[in-house]
Amino acid sequence: MMASSYNAKEEDGHHSGSSTHGGTGAAKNKKPDNTAFKQQRLPAWQPILTAGTVLPAFFVIGLLFIPIGIGLYVTSNNIKEYEIDYTGVEPNSPCYDCANSFTWNSTTSCVCTVNFTLVQPFESNVYMYYGLSNFYQNHRRYVKSRDDSQLNGVQSSLTNPSKECEPYRTNPETKLPIAPCGAIANSLFNDTLELYYNHPDGNMTKVNLVKKGIAWYTDKHVKFRNPGNEKDNFTERFKGTAKPVNWMKPVYELDPLDPENNGFINEDFIVWMRTAALPTFRKLYRIIQKKPDSAPTLPSGRYFLNVTYNYPVRSFDGRKRMILSTISWMGGKNPFLGIAYITVGSICFFLGVVLLIIHHKYDTRSNSADIPN
Amino acid sequence: MGMDFSTLRTLINRYCAGEENCVDTRTVYIGHKEPPPGAEAFIQQRFPDNRIVSSKYTFWNFIPKNMFEQFRRVANFYFLIIFLVQLIIDTPTSPVTSGLPLFFVIIVTAIKQGYEDWLRHKADKAVNQCLVQVVQHGKLSRKHSRKLTVGDVVYVKEDESFPCDLILLSSSRDDGTCYVTTASLDGESSHKTYHAVQDTKAYKTEEEVNCIHATIDCEQPQPDLYKFRGNINIYMGNEPVSRSLASQNLLLRGATLKNTEYIYGVAIYTGMETKMALNYQSKSQKRSAVEKSMNAYLVVYLCILISKAVINTALKYVWQADPNRDEPWYNEKTESERQRHVLIRAFTDFLAFMVLFNYIIPVSMYVTVEMQKFLGSYFIMWDDEMFDEELGERAVVNTSDLNEELGQVEYVFTDKTGTLTENNMEFIECCVDGNVYVPHIICNGQVMPGAAGIDMIDTSPGPEAREREELFFRALCLCHTVQVKEEETVDGIKHGIHQGKSSSFYISSSPDEVALVEGMKRLGFTYLRLKEGQMEILNREDEIERFELLEVLTFDSVRRRMSVIVRSSTGELYLFCKGADSSIFPRVVSGKVEQIKARVERNAVEGLRTLCVAYRRLSPEQYEQVCHLLTRAKLEFQDQDKLVAEAYDLIERDLILLGATAVEDRLQEKAADTIESLHKAGMKVWVLTGDKMETAAATCYASKLFRRSTQILELTTKRTEEQSLHDVLFELSRTVLRHYGSMTRDASSGLSSEYIDYGLIIDGATLSAVMRPSQEDSNSGNYKEIFLEICRNCSAVLCCRMAPLQKAQIVKMIKSSKEHPITLAVGDGANDVSMILEAHVGIGIMGKEGRQAVRNSDYAIPKFKHLKKMLLVHGHYYYIRISELVQYFFYKNVCFIFPQFLYQFFCGFSQQPLYDTAYLTLYNISFTSLPILLYSLMEQHINIDILKKEPTLYRDIAKNSLLTWPIFIYWTVLGVYDAIVMFFGVYFLFDNTTFTSNGQMFGNWTFGTLVFTVLVFTVTFKLVLDTHYWTWINHFVIWGSLVFFVVFSLLWGGIIWPFLNYQRMYYVFMQMLSSGPAWLSIILLITASLLPDVVKKVFWRALWPTNTERIQSADKLYKGQLSEFTPLAALHPPPRTGDHQRGSGTQRNPRRSETPNKKIMFTRWQRAPDYRTFTPLLRFTDGSRHPRPGNAYNGAGPETSV
Repeated sequence: MMASSYNAKEEDGHHSGSSTHGGTGAAKNKKPDNTAFKQQRLPAWQPILTAGTVLPAFFVIGLLFIPIGIGLYVTSNNIKEYEIDYTGVEPNSPCYDCANSFTWNSTTSCVCTVNFTLVQPFESNVYMYYGLSNFYQNHRRYVKSRDDSQLNGVQSSLTNPSKECEPYRTNPETKLPIAPCGAIANSLFNDTLELYYNHPDGNMTKVNLVKKGIAWYTDKHVKFRNPGNEKDNFTERFKGTAKPVNWMKPVYELDPLDPENNGFINEDFIVWMRTAALPTFRKLYRIIQKKPDSAPTLPSGRYFLNVTYNYPVRSFDGRKRMILSTISWMGGKNPFLGIAYITVGSICFFLGVVLLIIHHKYDTRSNSADIPN
Repeated sequence: MGMDFSTLRTLINRYCAGEENCVDTRTVYIGHKEPPPGAEAFIQQRFPDNRIVSSKYTFWNFIPKNMFEQFRRVANFYFLIIFLVQLIIDTPTSPVTSGLPLFFVIIVTAIKQGYEDWLRHKADKAVNQCLVQVVQHGKLSRKHSRKLTVGDVVYVKEDESFPCDLILLSSSRDDGTCYVTTASLDGESSHKTYHAVQDTKAYKTEEEVNCIHATIDCEQPQPDLYKFRGNINIYMGNEPVSRSLASQNLLLRGATLKNTEYIYGVAIYTGMETKMALNYQSKSQKRSAVEKSMNAYLVVYLCILISKAVINTALKYVWQADPNRDEPWYNEKTESERQRHVLIRAFTDFLAFMVLFNYIIPVSMYVTVEMQKFLGSYFIMWDDEMFDEELGERAVVNTSDLNEELGQVEYVFTDKTGTLTENNMEFIECCVDGNVYVPHIICNGQVMPGAAGIDMIDTSPGPEAREREELFFRALCLCHTVQVKEEETVDGIKHGIHQGKSSSFYISSSPDEVALVEGMKRLGFTYLRLKEGQMEILNREDEIERFELLEVLTFDSVRRRMSVIVRSSTGELYLFCKGADSSIFPRVVSGKVEQIKARVERNAVEGLRTLCVAYRRLSPEQYEQVCHLLTRAKLEFQDQDKLVAEAYDLIERDLILLGATAVEDRLQEKAADTIESLHKAGMKVWVLTGDKMETAAATCYASKLFRRSTQILELTTKRTEEQSLHDVLFELSRTVLRHYGSMTRDASSGLSSEYIDYGLIIDGATLSAVMRPSQEDSNSGNYKEIFLEICRNCSAVLCCRMAPLQKAQIVKMIKSSKEHPITLAVGDGANDVSMILEAHVGIGIMGKEGRQAVRNSDYAIPKFKHLKKMLLVHGHYYYIRISELVQYFFYKNVCFIFPQFLYQFFCGFSQQPLYDTAYLTLYNISFTSLPILLYSLMEQHINIDILKKEPTLYRDIAKNSLLTWPIFIYWTVLGVYDAIVMFFGVYFLFDNTTFTSNGQMFGNWTFGTLVFTVLVFTVTFKLVLDTHYWTWINHFVIWGSLVFFVVFSLLWGGIIWPFLNYQRMYYVFMQMLSSGPAWLSIILLITASLLPDVVKKVFWRALWPTNTERIQSADKLYKGQLSEFTPLAALHPPPRTGDHQRGSGTQRNPRRSETPNKKIMFTRWQRAPDYRTFTPLLRFTDGSRHPRPGNAYNGAGPETSV
């Protein structure tokens, strides 16, 4: 309707008799081309969805989906997962004090220890997640509050971050640009989690937590880049910028020991910067590598989780969790996919049966009986 | 779409104009000469100049006016608002996403309209600049047509058309007459005679004309072509002479001067006030029913959109009541945001939600619909079957907006002459005392082109019969108003006519007369000319016979006959009378009435136009008496018409019947088949003609508009003279309604063809009486209702004696009746233009009467028969195509936007878009647009041949049945279901877990991309399921667009272009694909989304198949052979016995099929008396008609050879 339907011929009647529109000369050329396309007679495949044709498809889908679903369901059930909430809401929980005494200005960290027991040993690689609830990382104001080009190491964006970062763009006192700017970076999860295994003999061993490989490869190597010259030291490279307001230390001190994991390319930082889709989410924190010997990665027994409690969530009724999980080829524990497959497969199978009946009762009759030859 | 203020504007215009023209009459000073001072004081009026303006814009107002026009449409305005909102406030998506497409569309439209208006300017200029000769100061001077003013004396030469409405002052002929053809006005190509006023006809040169001192008082312009009233006051000497003026003095703009060297006339109506201009009602933009449904859906979706936005805004503020939710420490607002007033914030939020969800009404839908219509119309133009070899013309599409309306037609209004018939009268036979004469020799079935007029008589007549025969021929040669068009010198004429070569030819206001005179020529009696009151005839012996023409008792439609009184060279006086059988037979006293009657009736059944010829010998005394009667009647000023009629009645009596003639206006090829198909398709066919009733009725029978079984109801002047209109109407409606009950019972059991169908005949005068709102009768308002009720139950209606505007009125009346049916008007002449413009769809036939109709039509076709393919095939296709297009578009956008709506519940109502900007922008533009566009261009749910063969399939789509609310709701519910499956499927997959094998987590963009991927595949596969006609193009486009989506996503994910590497979608798509569960869930969710639709389709097809589906299955079964062999009627649920007969019948009407064939049959009829007898079953005059069962006259079978 946008292009007008107003035609040149409109009100043409007024010039009747005086103007004879040409075109008689071209009479012979007016014969339309007799091509299959123009005559709308292109050869075509004309399938019809009848009970007869759809029926096999339904059975095939049913027969394919049910086994897949069962497979997925079994796989999901074999995954071991342990989840512990350490927010400290209940007065008897170990982190209750830390949660209550939290102030933004404190310089000392509050540490609490949560102990728990794994009933079954965790084989193969174990993935350690922290989970947050009621944390709206997908809020629009939050999602856009970042400067991707700054995180990519573009010098101009480092000193002049995008407007989207407001109100976390510049330091209110020094007026220096914040690096990394924005609400996401500002609210970086900064609890430190350490895991200790309590041997049955009473010894405590620190479980080795690997912090490499928790971020997407492409994020770490392409999307996030530190600004400035590789050879300069980090202080130099981030000169003229301020740390995010809520941070205790500047970005180039996130991992002072490993320059490959420092600054913008710190994996914890990168993981945090990939905003979660839903308000309850988990993020990969550490990986516990499978040991070379055949011993389980995490044997059953008692464990201590040492939490350096820096991250306040109680103000917005949030929860913090630590999750240990093994992974299969289909990811973590999630029975949904398997159940869904079984359900859809069963429905298809059932419909196939119904269609079979209908096909026998109706299709044959309507097709053959009515047409006299 | 949407608002249309044109009605309002016309109303305002009417009132404004009304004030200006409140004076009832106007006074025109001929040659701008003031009347002598003694005369009455006239009110000076301002008249418009003769400029014709059809353009809409000027150079200066183009941009504002065009922008105004464009943004007046709701959709454009809506997108403009969205765009402005995006510009002003902080919204989730960039203004480019809606601004770019909008401005592209606006600019393209503006350029198109500007170009069209430029063309109109050029055309206007050509008309307005054309030179006209005007008498000024006793001299002829040239003037631009537009400068012509009321009162100018204009000089027009032969074959020129009149530049404005003129009062004829004088002509080159001595008697002050001139001949005019009004073909471009009312479609009558015959020559009409116009008269000058007695007192001015002598002024024949410019100097003389300049001396005329006169004024004209006349009514203000009104559109009726045939009505005019006025007075001319001529000041000669002292005493002004006053003469009355009537329509026969008025030469209309657009008519052409013929057969007259020149005329002088005075301009009385100019420019936009000419009757022609007034008759072309301004064309309101036509909108199709589909577009109306689309607008209705649009309103629903707008409501959905607004309610979505309102709900979300409200919920947002409920949710945000807790400050820790509104502004948690990790997500603070800026200072300016905090300071904003809460109402402003709420309003901004509302607008932001609107913007976020606005994709539910995509710009691209309008663009796609436009493209579909525009490109789709090419298939009509390209159609080889609608090409006419003879004319070298193919179908023309003037408005592509109405393609789908062709599939919705319920009423077809067709012109008769030139549309149903070829407008080519041919003399077929005459019958003298029961002997039949045919002007061709026929031997062994071969038609010999014999021009020498050898008759074919089965019994050689005796001498007495021979005398009567010659009298008959002479009667036909004399009793007419034919003129001879002189092309060459006087010698040339005689020679020419004699040779039968047309160096000169006959012209007459009635083509029948020409046909008769030409037929006589072939039978040996040639009418030469009228010279000094003597009619000259060349008889068989090549002798010239002279008859003195004493009186002409002209034809009128009430008497339905005409007579001449002539004196032969021997001094005998004859009255020859010819007319319709019904008006002749009662006046006949002797002659072989029975034989002739039988013959006439037989011919009438054949659809021939029959006339009877009778004579009476007058004694000189009787003639005296006649003269006396006539002069007395003519002298009378008041009641002249009545007196003349009485006089004629007295004169035309005691006749002796001579014989009858039959003239054929041959039906166009396959006209009957076409009408039959239209009937079967459930359309009601109305014939609107200016022709007289008998002829029209004959044509209607011939064209199978009325069948043998049709019961004819009459609503004519003749009947209403006997009974009051009121009674007739009520009686008819009772008749119709009595059968209505039984009919519905039949109809409910299927498409039973066995109910009585009614045909109605109504004439113009009665019609205007029906439509006229009269004050005295309180229930007269019901007349229209009753009339409509009658019409509703008639499958065919014939309206005769219609004025052009009346045709439009009828169309308008039906259009605005309470069902609001879709109407189609088809015609070939300028007299059909108003009807063509008025109907929902106007179709022009490229006939003999100029291109007026074609230019004003929406579609033009070379022949009437092409209407069948136009409606049954193209209309059907376009309707199913566009209805799918519209529904699908809404569906896919529900699927698209509803997940985004659901997402708001999980992101704190923060207007966070679920999808990336690129996906939001491109979803409608490129990922899902081409498959549906191609579908809407290529889809054929049933093969062309079957559609043509089985017109009843048209009923399946009647009354906008594919765009009803239940279907719309089904699609919407399906869309919502799909959206829920997609969103929550992905939601549960994402729910607090990982689905990669390396433990890494995905973010919100992956979530959106996963939903989007499922979405694109689902909606495309939905189309796959709906497509029935898979050409390689469909395959290419459907699979191609899916491939394009994947490739685009990969590219946008930055796998090639490094500049995208810190974009938020960087590698999101790749990462998603690297995860097994993502693949599995994509497959699962697509399956789950499509499942209900597949099940619904299959179940419905199996349990409640529509006709369409039955035929699809049957076609499949017979592998496309169906169209050639199987009688499809058998596929219908109730076996129709009636159809069986018809379907298998190979009988055809022998006369109508082909010309040579016809002649053969005809000879056989004469030789073998046992060949089919045609029972006389038609008598148009009496209302009751009882079909006789068991008659051999049978309808032709469905056309199989098309």
